[in-house]
Amino acid sequence: MEKENLRKELKVSAIENGTVIDHIPSGSVFHVIKILNLTEYQNQLLIATNLDSRKMGKKGIIKVSNKFFKSDEINKIALVAPTATLIIIKNFEVIEKKKVEVPDYAENIVKCFNPNCITNNEEISTKFKVTDKKELKLRCHFCEKITARNNIAFR
Amino acid sequence: MKNKSLVSINDFTREEHIRILEIAGGFEKQPKQRILEDHVVATLFFEPSTRTRLSFESAATRLGARVIGFTDSSSSSVIKGESLRDTILTVSNYCDIIVMRHPREGSARFASEVARVPVINAGDGANQHPTQTLLDLYSIRKTQGSLDNLNVAFVGDLKYGRTVHSLVQALCNYNTTFHLISPLELKLPSSVKISIKERDLEYSQSTDLQDVISKVDILYMTRIQKERFSDPLDYEKVKNAYVLRNSMLEGAKPNLKILHPLPRVNEITTDVDANPKAYYFTQALNGVFVRQALLAAILGVVE
Repeated sequence: MEKENLRKELKVSAIENGTVIDHIPSGSVFHVIKILNLTEYQNQLLIATNLDSRKMGKKGIIKVSNKFFKSDEINKIALVAPTATLIIIKNFEVIEKKKVEVPDYAENIVKCFNPNCITNNEEISTKFKVTDKKELKLRCHFCEKITARNNIAFR
Repeated sequence: MKNKSLVSINDFTREEHIRILEIAGGFEKQPKQRILEDHVVATLFFEPSTRTRLSFESAATRLGARVIGFTDSSSSSVIKGESLRDTILTVSNYCDIIVMRHPREGSARFASEVARVPVINAGDGANQHPTQTLLDLYSIRKTQGSLDNLNVAFVGDLKYGRTVHSLVQALCNYNTTFHLISPLELKLPSSVKISIKERDLEYSQSTDLQDVISKVDILYMTRIQKERFSDPLDYEKVKNAYVLRNSMLEGAKPNLKILHPLPRVNEITTDVDANPKAYYFTQALNGVFVRQALLAAILGVVE
Protein backbone atom coordinates (compact mmCIF):
# COMPACT_ATOMS: atom_id res chain seq x y z
CA MET A 1 0.00 0.00 0.00
CA GLU A 2 2.76 2.40 1.04
CA LYS A 3 4.65 1.62 -2.09
CA GLU A 4 1.66 2.03 -4.37
CA ASN A 5 0.87 5.42 -2.86
CA LEU A 6 4.41 6.53 -3.41
CA ARG A 7 4.31 5.51 -7.05
CA LYS A 8 1.00 7.29 -7.59
CA GLU A 9 2.37 10.47 -6.16
CA LEU A 10 5.20 10.37 -8.57
CA LYS A 11 2.81 10.25 -11.49
CA VAL A 12 0.16 12.66 -10.23
CA SER A 13 1.27 15.29 -7.75
CA ALA A 14 -0.27 15.42 -4.33
CA ILE A 15 -2.88 17.99 -3.39
CA GLU A 16 -2.87 19.95 -0.17
CA ASN A 17 -6.63 19.88 0.45
CA GLY A 18 -9.43 18.18 -1.45
CA THR A 19 -10.65 14.86 -2.73
CA VAL A 20 -8.80 12.11 -4.57
CA ILE A 21 -10.99 9.77 -6.62
CA ASP A 22 -8.93 6.66 -7.20
CA HIS A 23 -9.51 3.31 -8.91
CA ILE A 24 -11.70 4.71 -11.66
CA PRO A 25 -11.96 2.32 -14.63
CA SER A 26 -9.81 3.94 -17.35
CA GLY A 27 -12.70 4.30 -19.77
CA SER A 28 -14.85 6.14 -17.24
CA VAL A 29 -12.59 9.02 -16.25
CA PHE A 30 -14.21 11.52 -18.57
CA HIS A 31 -17.71 10.36 -17.61
CA VAL A 32 -16.81 10.99 -13.98
CA ILE A 33 -15.58 14.49 -14.82
CA LYS A 34 -18.84 15.20 -16.60
CA ILE A 35 -21.07 13.75 -13.89
CA LEU A 36 -19.30 15.78 -11.21
CA ASN A 37 -19.47 18.94 -13.33
CA LEU A 38 -15.71 19.35 -13.21
CA THR A 39 -15.33 20.63 -16.77
CA GLU A 40 -15.88 24.17 -15.50
CA TYR A 41 -13.96 23.70 -12.23
CA GLN A 42 -11.84 26.74 -11.40
CA ASN A 43 -9.43 25.19 -8.87
CA GLN A 44 -6.53 22.84 -9.46
CA LEU A 45 -7.67 19.58 -11.05
CA LEU A 46 -5.30 16.70 -11.78
CA ILE A 47 -6.44 13.99 -14.10
CA ALA A 48 -4.61 10.85 -15.11
CA THR A 49 -5.77 7.72 -16.83
CA ASN A 50 -4.39 4.42 -18.16
CA LEU A 51 -2.12 4.19 -15.15
CA ASP A 52 -0.89 0.74 -14.20
CA SER A 53 -2.78 -0.73 -11.31
CA ARG A 54 -2.09 -4.01 -9.56
CA LYS A 55 -5.79 -4.42 -8.71
CA MET A 56 -7.36 -3.28 -11.95
CA GLY A 57 -4.76 -3.55 -14.72
CA LYS A 58 -5.39 0.01 -15.86
CA LYS A 59 -7.03 2.74 -13.84
CA GLY A 60 -7.72 6.42 -13.75
CA ILE A 61 -7.36 8.93 -10.94
CA ILE A 62 -8.73 12.42 -10.42
CA LYS A 63 -7.51 14.83 -7.78
CA VAL A 64 -9.78 17.77 -7.04
CA SER A 65 -8.27 20.54 -4.95
CA ASN A 66 -10.37 22.32 -2.34
CA LYS A 67 -13.46 20.26 -3.05
CA PHE A 68 -15.28 17.99 -0.60
CA PHE A 69 -18.24 16.27 -2.21
CA LYS A 70 -21.55 15.54 -0.51
CA SER A 71 -22.24 11.81 -0.55
CA ASP A 72 -25.32 11.99 -2.82
CA GLU A 73 -23.26 14.06 -5.24
CA ILE A 74 -20.26 11.72 -5.33
CA ASN A 75 -22.34 8.53 -5.31
CA LYS A 76 -23.64 9.37 -8.78
CA ILE A 77 -20.30 8.21 -10.16
CA ALA A 78 -20.90 4.69 -8.81
CA LEU A 79 -22.92 4.01 -11.95
CA VAL A 80 -19.88 4.55 -14.18
CA ALA A 81 -17.14 3.78 -11.70
CA PRO A 82 -18.36 1.24 -9.13
CA THR A 83 -14.75 0.48 -8.13
CA ALA A 84 -13.91 4.08 -7.27
CA THR A 85 -12.44 4.89 -3.88
CA LEU A 86 -12.45 8.32 -2.30
CA ILE A 87 -9.66 9.78 -0.27
CA ILE A 88 -10.22 13.01 1.62
CA ILE A 89 -7.05 15.05 2.01
CA LYS A 90 -6.39 17.88 4.45
CA ASN A 91 -2.91 19.43 4.79
CA PHE A 92 -1.48 16.66 2.61
CA GLU A 93 -2.79 14.09 5.12
CA VAL A 94 -5.31 11.35 4.41
CA ILE A 95 -8.30 12.14 6.64
CA GLU A 96 -10.73 9.54 5.38
CA LYS A 97 -10.99 6.73 2.81
CA LYS A 98 -14.28 5.38 1.55
CA LYS A 99 -15.96 3.57 -1.35
CA VAL A 100 -18.69 4.95 -3.55
CA GLU A 101 -22.19 3.55 -3.14
CA VAL A 102 -24.74 3.02 -5.89
CA PRO A 103 -27.46 5.68 -5.39
CA ASP A 104 -31.24 5.04 -5.19
CA TYR A 105 -31.99 7.28 -8.14
CA ALA A 106 -30.05 8.31 -11.23
CA GLU A 107 -30.93 11.55 -12.94
CA ASN A 108 -29.65 12.37 -16.39
CA ILE A 109 -26.55 10.19 -16.18
CA VAL A 110 -27.67 7.02 -17.95
CA LYS A 111 -29.40 6.63 -21.31
CA CYS A 112 -32.53 4.50 -21.43
CA PHE A 113 -31.75 1.41 -23.51
CA ASN A 114 -35.25 1.38 -25.02
CA PRO A 115 -34.96 3.19 -28.38
CA ASN A 116 -38.69 3.90 -28.32
CA CYS A 117 -38.54 5.61 -24.92
CA ILE A 118 -39.64 9.25 -25.02
CA THR A 119 -36.30 10.27 -23.43
CA ASN A 120 -34.50 9.09 -26.56
CA ASN A 121 -36.82 11.08 -28.79
CA GLU A 122 -37.37 14.42 -27.04
CA GLU A 123 -35.13 16.70 -25.02
CA ILE A 124 -35.87 15.23 -21.61
CA SER A 125 -33.61 14.42 -18.67
CA THR A 126 -33.59 10.70 -17.97
CA LYS A 127 -34.64 9.49 -14.54
CA PHE A 128 -34.19 5.98 -13.14
CA LYS A 129 -34.95 4.21 -9.92
CA VAL A 130 -32.19 1.77 -9.03
CA THR A 131 -34.09 -1.49 -8.41
CA ASP A 132 -31.05 -3.74 -7.95
CA LYS A 133 -27.81 -2.20 -6.68
CA LYS A 134 -25.77 -5.35 -6.90
CA GLU A 135 -26.66 -6.37 -10.43
CA LEU A 136 -27.21 -2.71 -11.35
CA LYS A 137 -30.74 -2.64 -12.71
CA LEU A 138 -32.34 0.72 -13.41
CA ARG A 139 -36.05 1.20 -13.98
CA CYS A 140 -36.89 4.07 -16.31
CA HIS A 141 -39.25 6.58 -14.69
CA PHE A 142 -40.87 7.20 -18.08
CA CYS A 143 -41.08 3.97 -20.12
CA GLU A 144 -40.78 1.65 -17.08
CA LYS A 145 -38.30 -0.63 -18.87
CA ILE A 146 -35.26 -1.97 -17.04
CA THR A 147 -31.82 -0.89 -18.22
CA ALA A 148 -29.28 -3.38 -16.90
CA ARG A 149 -25.50 -3.41 -16.59
CA ASN A 150 -24.99 -5.14 -19.95
CA ASN A 151 -26.87 -2.48 -21.93
CA ILE A 152 -26.02 0.61 -19.92
CA ALA A 153 -24.85 3.69 -21.83
CA PHE A 154 -24.16 7.17 -20.62
CA ARG A 155 -25.48 10.51 -21.75
CA MET B 1 -58.52 10.95 -7.23
CA LYS B 2 -59.31 14.59 -8.02
CA ASN B 3 -56.72 16.07 -10.39
CA LYS B 4 -54.66 12.87 -10.28
CA SER B 5 -53.20 11.68 -13.58
CA LEU B 6 -53.60 8.03 -14.57
CA VAL B 7 -50.50 6.96 -16.47
CA SER B 8 -49.73 3.53 -15.14
CA ILE B 9 -52.16 1.05 -13.55
CA ASN B 10 -50.17 1.22 -10.31
CA ASP B 11 -50.66 5.00 -10.02
CA PHE B 12 -53.99 4.16 -8.41
CA THR B 13 -54.23 2.00 -5.32
CA ARG B 14 -56.31 -1.15 -5.10
CA GLU B 15 -58.94 0.89 -3.20
CA GLU B 16 -58.99 3.53 -5.92
CA HIS B 17 -59.40 0.84 -8.61
CA ILE B 18 -62.39 -0.55 -6.74
CA ARG B 19 -63.85 2.94 -6.29
CA ILE B 20 -63.61 3.57 -10.05
CA LEU B 21 -65.37 0.26 -10.72
CA GLU B 22 -68.15 1.24 -8.30
CA ILE B 23 -68.61 4.63 -9.93
CA ALA B 24 -68.62 2.91 -13.33
CA GLY B 25 -71.43 0.67 -12.06
CA GLY B 26 -73.50 3.81 -11.45
CA PHE B 27 -72.94 4.94 -15.02
CA GLU B 28 -73.97 1.54 -16.33
CA LYS B 29 -77.34 2.00 -14.61
CA GLN B 30 -77.66 5.62 -15.71
CA PRO B 31 -75.29 6.33 -18.64
CA LYS B 32 -76.51 9.82 -19.50
CA GLN B 33 -75.71 12.23 -16.72
CA ARG B 34 -74.83 15.76 -17.77
CA ILE B 35 -72.43 16.39 -14.91
CA LEU B 36 -69.49 17.66 -16.98
CA GLU B 37 -71.36 20.35 -18.95
CA ASP B 38 -68.87 23.11 -18.21
CA HIS B 39 -65.81 20.93 -18.88
CA VAL B 40 -63.57 20.49 -21.90
CA VAL B 41 -61.90 17.13 -22.57
CA ALA B 42 -58.97 17.10 -25.01
CA THR B 43 -58.32 13.80 -26.80
CA LEU B 44 -54.83 13.88 -28.30
CA PHE B 45 -54.28 10.82 -30.46
CA PHE B 46 -50.77 10.95 -31.89
CA GLU B 47 -51.45 7.59 -33.48
CA PRO B 48 -54.76 6.28 -34.72
CA SER B 49 -56.99 4.22 -32.42
CA THR B 50 -60.65 3.86 -33.28
CA ARG B 51 -61.90 1.93 -30.30
CA THR B 52 -60.22 3.74 -27.43
CA ARG B 53 -60.78 7.19 -28.86
CA LEU B 54 -64.45 6.66 -29.68
CA SER B 55 -65.01 5.11 -26.29
CA PHE B 56 -63.49 8.13 -24.52
CA GLU B 57 -65.36 10.60 -26.72
CA SER B 58 -68.58 8.71 -26.13
CA ALA B 59 -67.93 8.74 -22.37
CA ALA B 60 -67.22 12.49 -22.36
CA THR B 61 -70.22 13.30 -24.56
CA ARG B 62 -72.62 11.26 -22.41
CA LEU B 63 -71.50 13.35 -19.44
CA GLY B 64 -72.18 16.56 -21.35
CA ALA B 65 -68.52 17.60 -21.76
CA ARG B 66 -67.17 19.23 -24.90
CA VAL B 67 -64.48 17.24 -26.71
CA ILE B 68 -61.61 18.83 -28.62
CA GLY B 69 -58.52 17.18 -30.09
CA PHE B 70 -57.00 15.41 -33.05
CA THR B 71 -57.13 11.85 -34.32
CA ASP B 72 -53.63 11.39 -35.67
CA SER B 73 -50.47 13.42 -35.60
CA SER B 74 -50.63 14.36 -39.29
CA SER B 75 -53.50 16.70 -38.43
CA SER B 76 -51.64 18.33 -35.54
CA SER B 77 -48.63 20.61 -35.30
CA VAL B 78 -46.38 17.57 -34.70
CA ILE B 79 -45.93 17.47 -38.46
CA LYS B 80 -44.42 20.96 -38.25
CA GLY B 81 -41.88 19.62 -35.78
CA GLU B 82 -43.42 20.76 -32.50
CA SER B 83 -42.17 18.91 -29.44
CA LEU B 84 -44.53 16.91 -27.27
CA ARG B 85 -43.72 19.27 -24.41
CA ASP B 86 -44.89 22.32 -26.35
CA THR B 87 -48.03 20.59 -27.62
CA ILE B 88 -48.99 19.55 -24.09
CA LEU B 89 -48.22 22.96 -22.56
CA THR B 90 -50.35 24.64 -25.21
CA VAL B 91 -53.27 22.22 -25.07
CA SER B 92 -53.27 22.45 -21.25
CA ASN B 93 -54.55 26.00 -21.72
CA TYR B 94 -57.59 24.87 -23.64
CA CYS B 95 -58.99 22.02 -21.56
CA ASP B 96 -59.66 20.59 -18.11
CA ILE B 97 -58.22 17.14 -18.77
CA ILE B 98 -56.09 15.49 -21.46
CA VAL B 99 -56.62 11.98 -22.81
CA MET B 100 -53.54 10.99 -24.78
CA ARG B 101 -52.32 8.14 -26.95
CA HIS B 102 -48.76 8.34 -28.23
CA PRO B 103 -46.47 5.84 -30.00
CA ARG B 104 -43.50 6.41 -27.65
CA GLU B 105 -43.18 4.62 -24.33
CA GLY B 106 -43.01 7.04 -21.41
CA SER B 107 -44.72 9.86 -23.32
CA ALA B 108 -47.73 9.81 -21.00
CA ARG B 109 -45.63 10.08 -17.83
CA PHE B 110 -43.74 12.97 -19.38
CA ALA B 111 -46.97 14.68 -20.46
CA SER B 112 -48.46 14.30 -16.99
CA GLU B 113 -45.43 16.10 -15.53
CA VAL B 114 -45.56 18.94 -18.05
CA ALA B 115 -49.33 19.50 -18.22
CA ARG B 116 -51.18 21.88 -15.94
CA VAL B 117 -54.22 19.58 -16.09
CA PRO B 118 -54.49 15.84 -15.31
CA VAL B 119 -53.58 13.37 -18.03
CA ILE B 120 -55.18 10.00 -18.72
CA ASN B 121 -52.94 7.62 -20.61
CA ALA B 122 -54.82 5.99 -23.47
CA GLY B 123 -51.76 3.96 -24.49
CA ASP B 124 -48.07 4.91 -24.63
CA GLY B 125 -46.36 2.65 -27.15
CA ALA B 126 -45.95 -0.87 -25.79
CA ASN B 127 -45.91 0.36 -22.19
CA GLN B 128 -49.23 0.99 -20.45
CA HIS B 129 -52.92 1.17 -21.24
CA PRO B 130 -54.50 1.51 -17.79
CA THR B 131 -58.04 2.29 -18.89
CA GLN B 132 -58.15 -1.03 -20.76
CA THR B 133 -57.01 -2.74 -17.56
CA LEU B 134 -59.73 -1.03 -15.54
CA LEU B 135 -62.42 -2.06 -18.00
CA ASP B 136 -61.06 -5.61 -17.90
CA LEU B 137 -61.26 -5.54 -14.09
CA TYR B 138 -64.78 -4.16 -14.33
CA SER B 139 -65.80 -6.98 -16.69
CA ILE B 140 -64.26 -9.66 -14.49
CA ARG B 141 -65.82 -8.29 -11.32
CA LYS B 142 -69.20 -7.90 -12.94
CA THR B 143 -69.32 -11.41 -14.38
CA GLN B 144 -67.78 -13.20 -11.40
CA GLY B 145 -69.20 -11.08 -8.59
CA SER B 146 -65.74 -10.44 -7.14
CA LEU B 147 -62.13 -10.06 -8.16
CA ASP B 148 -60.77 -12.30 -5.44
CA ASN B 149 -59.42 -15.86 -5.76
CA LEU B 150 -60.20 -16.38 -9.47
CA ASN B 151 -58.56 -18.68 -11.99
CA VAL B 152 -57.61 -16.60 -15.00
CA ALA B 153 -56.08 -17.90 -18.24
CA PHE B 154 -54.19 -15.60 -20.59
CA VAL B 155 -53.91 -16.99 -24.10
CA GLY B 156 -51.87 -16.05 -27.17
CA ASP B 157 -49.24 -13.33 -27.34
CA LEU B 158 -48.20 -12.83 -23.75
CA LYS B 159 -44.84 -11.34 -24.69
CA TYR B 160 -45.83 -8.18 -26.49
CA GLY B 161 -49.41 -7.62 -25.35
CA ARG B 162 -49.42 -4.61 -23.02
CA THR B 163 -53.04 -5.29 -22.00
CA VAL B 164 -51.90 -8.68 -20.69
CA HIS B 165 -48.96 -7.19 -18.78
CA SER B 166 -51.04 -4.53 -17.01
CA LEU B 167 -53.92 -6.88 -16.22
CA VAL B 168 -51.59 -9.52 -14.79
CA GLN B 169 -50.02 -6.84 -12.56
CA ALA B 170 -53.42 -5.55 -11.43
CA LEU B 171 -54.78 -9.05 -10.71
CA CYS B 172 -51.80 -9.79 -8.49
CA ASN B 173 -53.67 -7.71 -5.86
CA TYR B 174 -56.52 -10.25 -5.76
CA ASN B 175 -54.97 -13.65 -5.05
CA THR B 176 -55.45 -14.76 -8.65
CA THR B 177 -54.26 -18.14 -9.97
CA PHE B 178 -52.72 -17.54 -13.39
CA HIS B 179 -52.68 -19.92 -16.36
CA LEU B 180 -50.32 -18.64 -19.02
CA ILE B 181 -50.92 -20.25 -22.42
CA SER B 182 -48.68 -19.20 -25.27
CA PRO B 183 -46.24 -20.42 -27.88
CA LEU B 184 -42.72 -20.67 -26.48
CA GLU B 185 -41.69 -17.63 -28.56
CA LEU B 186 -44.35 -15.46 -26.93
CA LYS B 187 -44.10 -16.31 -23.24
CA LEU B 188 -44.85 -13.74 -20.54
CA PRO B 189 -41.68 -11.66 -19.97
CA SER B 190 -39.86 -12.24 -16.70
CA SER B 191 -40.27 -8.54 -15.84
CA VAL B 192 -44.03 -9.19 -15.56
CA LYS B 193 -43.82 -12.69 -14.14
CA ILE B 194 -41.84 -11.27 -11.23
CA SER B 195 -45.02 -9.56 -9.92
CA ILE B 196 -46.70 -13.00 -9.70
CA LYS B 197 -43.68 -14.50 -7.97
CA GLU B 198 -43.28 -11.59 -5.55
CA ARG B 199 -46.82 -12.19 -4.28
CA ASP B 200 -46.21 -15.91 -4.14
CA LEU B 201 -49.29 -16.59 -6.30
CA GLU B 202 -49.94 -19.85 -8.08
CA TYR B 203 -49.37 -20.00 -11.82
CA SER B 204 -48.93 -22.52 -14.58
CA GLN B 205 -47.32 -22.12 -17.97
CA SER B 206 -48.24 -24.26 -20.95
CA THR B 207 -48.67 -24.31 -24.71
CA ASP B 208 -52.00 -26.17 -24.61
CA LEU B 209 -55.24 -24.17 -24.68
CA GLN B 210 -57.76 -27.02 -24.51
CA ASP B 211 -56.22 -28.37 -21.34
CA VAL B 212 -56.95 -25.26 -19.32
CA ILE B 213 -60.53 -24.48 -20.40
CA SER B 214 -62.25 -26.62 -17.77
CA LYS B 215 -60.22 -25.05 -14.94
CA VAL B 216 -60.75 -21.34 -15.35
CA ASP B 217 -63.24 -18.58 -14.58
CA ILE B 218 -61.88 -16.13 -17.13
CA LEU B 219 -60.34 -16.92 -20.51
CA TYR B 220 -58.50 -13.83 -21.73
CA MET B 221 -57.76 -14.29 -25.45
CA THR B 222 -55.29 -12.20 -27.45
CA ARG B 223 -54.24 -12.03 -31.05
CA ILE B 224 -51.01 -13.60 -32.27
CA GLN B 225 -49.44 -11.38 -34.87
CA LYS B 226 -47.48 -12.92 -37.70
CA GLU B 227 -44.88 -10.14 -37.62
CA ARG B 228 -43.81 -11.18 -34.09
CA PHE B 229 -42.11 -14.30 -35.50
CA SER B 230 -38.67 -14.07 -37.04
CA ASP B 231 -39.32 -17.30 -38.96
CA PRO B 232 -42.70 -17.41 -40.78
CA LEU B 233 -42.63 -21.20 -40.51
CA ASP B 234 -42.77 -20.93 -36.71
CA TYR B 235 -45.90 -18.85 -37.07
CA GLU B 236 -47.54 -21.39 -39.38
CA LYS B 237 -46.82 -24.09 -36.83
CA VAL B 238 -48.55 -22.37 -33.91
CA LYS B 239 -51.22 -20.17 -35.46
CA ASN B 240 -54.06 -22.70 -35.20
CA ALA B 241 -53.16 -23.87 -31.70
CA TYR B 242 -54.51 -20.68 -30.15
CA VAL B 243 -57.86 -20.45 -31.93
CA LEU B 244 -60.92 -20.84 -29.69
CA ARG B 245 -63.85 -22.73 -31.23
CA ASN B 246 -67.28 -23.21 -29.68
CA SER B 247 -66.83 -26.98 -29.54
CA MET B 248 -63.84 -26.52 -27.21
CA LEU B 249 -66.05 -24.95 -24.52
CA GLU B 250 -68.03 -28.09 -23.67
CA GLY B 251 -66.37 -28.96 -20.37
CA ALA B 252 -66.08 -25.34 -19.22
CA LYS B 253 -67.28 -24.05 -15.84
CA PRO B 254 -70.77 -22.48 -15.98
CA ASN B 255 -69.39 -19.12 -14.84
CA LEU B 256 -66.63 -19.00 -17.46
CA LYS B 257 -66.47 -15.78 -19.47
CA ILE B 258 -64.34 -15.14 -22.54
CA LEU B 259 -62.64 -11.75 -22.74
CA HIS B 260 -60.65 -10.21 -25.59
CA PRO B 261 -59.32 -6.64 -25.84
CA LEU B 262 -60.34 -6.57 -29.55
CA PRO B 263 -59.84 -6.27 -32.47
CA ARG B 264 -60.29 -9.97 -33.05
CA VAL B 265 -58.98 -11.50 -36.26
CA ASN B 266 -59.40 -15.27 -36.22
CA GLU B 267 -58.39 -16.33 -32.72
CA ILE B 268 -62.03 -16.72 -31.68
CA THR B 269 -64.25 -18.30 -34.35
CA THR B 270 -67.56 -16.52 -34.93
CA ASP B 271 -69.57 -19.54 -33.71
CA VAL B 272 -68.41 -18.61 -30.18
CA ASP B 273 -70.16 -15.20 -30.40
CA ALA B 274 -73.63 -16.68 -29.75
CA ASN B 275 -72.40 -18.62 -26.71
CA PRO B 276 -73.44 -16.83 -23.48
CA LYS B 277 -69.84 -17.28 -22.32
CA ALA B 278 -68.66 -14.82 -24.98
CA TYR B 279 -68.29 -11.47 -23.27
CA TYR B 280 -65.91 -9.46 -25.48
CA PHE B 281 -68.43 -7.08 -27.01
CA THR B 282 -70.02 -6.29 -23.65
CA GLN B 283 -66.46 -5.82 -22.37
CA ALA B 284 -66.00 -3.07 -24.97
CA LEU B 285 -69.25 -1.42 -23.84
CA ASN B 286 -68.02 -1.51 -20.25
CA GLY B 287 -65.10 0.60 -21.44
CA VAL B 288 -67.45 3.56 -21.82
CA PHE B 289 -68.73 3.31 -18.23
CA VAL B 290 -65.23 2.97 -16.83
CA ARG B 291 -64.01 5.98 -18.80
CA GLN B 292 -67.02 7.99 -17.64
CA ALA B 293 -66.07 7.07 -14.08
CA LEU B 294 -62.45 8.13 -14.62
CA LEU B 295 -63.37 11.48 -16.19
CA ALA B 296 -65.90 12.23 -13.43
CA ALA B 297 -63.61 11.17 -10.57
CA ILE B 298 -60.48 12.92 -11.85
CA LEU B 299 -62.39 16.11 -12.64
CA GLY B 300 -63.73 15.95 -9.10
CA VAL B 301 -67.48 15.92 -9.82
CA VAL B 302 -67.89 12.46 -8.27
CA GLU B 303 -65.95 11.31 -5.23
